[in-house]
Amino acid sequence: MNRYVWLALVALGLLAPFAVYPVFMMKLLCFALFAAAFNLLLGYTGLLSFGHAAFFGGAAYVTGHLVKNLGLTPELGILGGTLFAGLLGYLVGSLAIRRQGIYFAMVTLALAQIVYFLALKLPFTGGEDGLQGIPRGLLFGLIDLNRHVTVGSTPLPLSLYYFTFALFCLGFWVIYRAIHSPFGQVLKAIRENEPRARSLGYKVERFKLIAFVLSSALAGMAGAMKCLIFQLASLTDVSWHTSGEVVLMTLLGGVGTVLGPSAGAFTVVTLQSQLTMVGPWITVIIGGIFVVCVLVFRRGFVGELGRLLRRSL
Amino acid sequence: MKSLYSSAALSASLLLATAGFAAPPKETISDGVVKIGVLTDMSGVYSTLGGKGTQVGVEMAVKDFGGKVLGKPIVVIGADHQNKADIASAKAREWFDNEKVDMITGLLNSGCALAVQKLGGDKHRITMNTGAASTELTNGAWTPYSIHYVYDTYALGKVTGQAVVQTGGKSWFFITADYAFGQSLEGNTALFVKKLGGKVVGSVRHPLSSADFSSYLLQAQASGAQIIGLANAGGDTINAIKQAREFGIGQKGQKLVGLLIFDTDIKSLGLNVAQGMQFTSGFYWDRDNATRAFSKRFFDIHKAMPTMDQAGAYSATMNYLKAITAAGTDDPDAVMAKLKSMDISDFFAVNGKIRVDGRMVHDMYLMEVKKPSDSKGEWDLLKIVKTVSGDEAFMPLSESTCPAVKK
Amino acid sequence: MGMSFQTVMSQVMLGLNNGVFYAILSLGLAVIFGLLNIVNFVHGALYMLGAYVALLGFTMLGPLLGRPDFHLNYWAALIVAPLVVGALGVLIEKTMLRRLRKFDHLYGLLLTFGLALIIQGVFTNYFNVSGDAYDGKPEVLSGVVDLGFMLFPKYRVWVIGISLVVCFSTWFVIERTKLGSYLRAGTENPELVKAFGINVPLMITLTYGFGVGLAAFAGVLAAPIYSVSPVMGSEMIITVFAVVVIGGMGSIMGSILTGLLLGMVEGFTKVVYAPASGTVIFLIMVIVLLVKPAGLFGKEA
Repeated sequence: MNRYVWLALVALGLLAPFAVYPVFMMKLLCFALFAAAFNLLLGYTGLLSFGHAAFFGGAAYVTGHLVKNLGLTPELGILGGTLFAGLLGYLVGSLAIRRQGIYFAMVTLALAQIVYFLALKLPFTGGEDGLQGIPRGLLFGLIDLNRHVTVGSTPLPLSLYYFTFALFCLGFWVIYRAIHSPFGQVLKAIRENEPRARSLGYKVERFKLIAFVLSSALAGMAGAMKCLIFQLASLTDVSWHTSGEVVLMTLLGGVGTVLGPSAGAFTVVTLQSQLTMVGPWITVIIGGIFVVCVLVFRRGFVGELGRLLRRSL
Repeated sequence: MKSLYSSAALSASLLLATAGFAAPPKETISDGVVKIGVLTDMSGVYSTLGGKGTQVGVEMAVKDFGGKVLGKPIVVIGADHQNKADIASAKAREWFDNEKVDMITGLLNSGCALAVQKLGGDKHRITMNTGAASTELTNGAWTPYSIHYVYDTYALGKVTGQAVVQTGGKSWFFITADYAFGQSLEGNTALFVKKLGGKVVGSVRHPLSSADFSSYLLQAQASGAQIIGLANAGGDTINAIKQAREFGIGQKGQKLVGLLIFDTDIKSLGLNVAQGMQFTSGFYWDRDNATRAFSKRFFDIHKAMPTMDQAGAYSATMNYLKAITAAGTDDPDAVMAKLKSMDISDFFAVNGKIRVDGRMVHDMYLMEVKKPSDSKGEWDLLKIVKTVSGDEAFMPLSESTCPAVKK
Repeated sequence: MGMSFQTVMSQVMLGLNNGVFYAILSLGLAVIFGLLNIVNFVHGALYMLGAYVALLGFTMLGPLLGRPDFHLNYWAALIVAPLVVGALGVLIEKTMLRRLRKFDHLYGLLLTFGLALIIQGVFTNYFNVSGDAYDGKPEVLSGVVDLGFMLFPKYRVWVIGISLVVCFSTWFVIERTKLGSYLRAGTENPELVKAFGINVPLMITLTYGFGVGLAAFAGVLAAPIYSVSPVMGSEMIITVFAVVVIGGMGSIMGSILTGLLLGMVEGFTKVVYAPASGTVIFLIMVIVLLVKPAGLFGKEA
């Protein structure tokens, strides 16, 4: 894609906290990264994981524990959470890639339920109350992430925002590089025609597993960021509803497009925050979007846009 | 990394720019408006006992107060936290940061309550919790701006446990929801059972939201305990009671006791199944003329009688507004000082006062479910067996671990 | 932990009681999967819908028709609910699932997930989430029977009995009759079946309707035992998915037996270490995947 488009997007990201409520903006970034990581699996490898919340939420708990109970600095906490999610992804992935297609989806869903159970039961998780009051701490032991800078009359948490934005860019860049590398080409070959990729001599299982680990680690990084922003890790983060939501975000924006999942995440999170007053109807609306997407809109809006512009976005 | 550096640079320059500002002159009502936020479960498992009804309670209080305080308008806003602590925390943050909300009430569900209360403490805004049960809110999680208004697991366990043991229920078996709330309910009850010479012969922990309780009920039956204590809530309690009846448990010799039950649960069970059960509540609509008058007005709007959470939200709002008037400002420190020194007395809170730990102590009631033949209408569900004074029901300050309590 | 014969037998009965629900639901999923290759995520919501048809038929249908003392009784509900939900299923298949047949099967999963959210959301909006009581249990099935080792509610004996009859009849029809052979052949080779003069699309539609009808049937059976709530299905469906993975989705008999077996395993867990009872099925799934990836009764894909 055009380098000016990228530059414009980064500029937007840098200026966003002055126009949009920064905490909300950071939430958007977390879910955008989560969806982009998920898309690495669904869009570029053709594997539908229905248990990605396990990595997102699992990492949130681990980061929270490291920062709150063991007193680590935030960057080490996030690193720990990300590594944990990658490791968990290795375990889940090794089991799940034994099955294909729909079975794969159900196996990941069921394994994620075990993680949910652990999040409820382990001593450090705070049970159904979640892990609360996680400190944001000093980045590298130097920069106070809690510091607000007053612009006009509103105090803005700028250091936290730019830290989040930097991590988002890092994660997004990793995904982008992975997709556009020879490794990504092999993944796409597997997605298009697995037997053929196999007959070409590629170790399909190994590629799938690497993609799975990468995707879960980055999903974990998103969860770890969210844990520092909201200063809590809760059961919602590991529940299957969250797994369903990330599928929706990806589908809505465009499976297998670079920008689609993030755009989808922006849309869904914005809808959710704008519609808090419609009560249970939010579930109905989300479900309706799902149905419409699947029936008439399978490319997602970025995918459709890309088709109109005849380029890959 | 680039954005990190620019962040630092930007922070530095902005800091310089803002350093020259002086503190704004003190207003009596900040931002010219008093904003009350109702943040609670409006769609999930607790929405019938809290939900929109809580907001109705708050709006009624504002209307009854005249819609203005110290000449400035009062605004009520509401949101659904969907029982998710992260949504609750995000919404509260947005309300405090952008909407200038002065006080948040409702806050069903301990997870959400703890998150918002902590945030309120950080941002110096008042939280008046009418929904959650955890005693942690007035102990370890206490803040100078937190009030726990209606009930907690300590009072529920103590009032019910004592009453049952005193009427002969000496041996107990607990069926407990396997999470912090259930465990604290069981722990608090067991403590008073043992104190009065009763004993706990066993307990079983079940996962949250179990559909089938028959196995646990049979274990309880086999234990031979006189009392089967249900330390769970909502759908779990309802299913357990229903299935006990099915297996004929709780009719001969053994007795079921629910530790947290709301009027709406009884309605869901039906008097036929629930009759004779005892539990503790902070409010019943049919207690006296004042509660009946309020509840009738509430019913006309909400089409259901108020629960203790909903009635409590009315009372909390009313007293908050009174405290602003008395303090002559909505400054949180001044208002909290007034709230903690004034008498809280209305149809909801009898002999109420707010202690230093934020606990509002008031009379609690031991309730019993009526027989179907004694019920004279759709909402004629319960009778008050015993009134227990607040000082007796709630955790004494001597046992508190609240940082504000001087030992 | 020592367990008396009495304890063991009572837990077997209770486990069987839970197991038949798993069996009917996973059977329905297996039937649908067999012919349509779709994981029917909306199954749990339709199970819930079945229970609500019974509940509302009992409480609201009369007043709605202007005859306040009319109640749709339990026995009628056992027929009506599967028909109503089956008809809804036919509608879903004809208007939506059919259009997805030429795409990846995952879209079927996603579509039915969306439908599940919609149905559950609508019911959450209108009904008490902690559940309503169903009072239509017939007098004949009230009370308990003495099984020698325990007192067991008559109603649960009925549930176990009728469920086993329904499950095994379904198995018989699909595996042992001519109609069943068309169904099975329809999965493998639709063109061939068409040549026999069978209307394949209609067959698919009706199969879907039948599969979800089974879920509604289970819903009616559940109504007098559990409280009828909008979330009763969503809590169940994930467990049933694990049951299906353990059994292997290709096999009708496999899904029935696995359902019964896992119900009992769960029952014993409630005695040994109750907090794990919600998770034990998922742990078994992990073990089965390690040892026999295609599932206990599955054929290698």
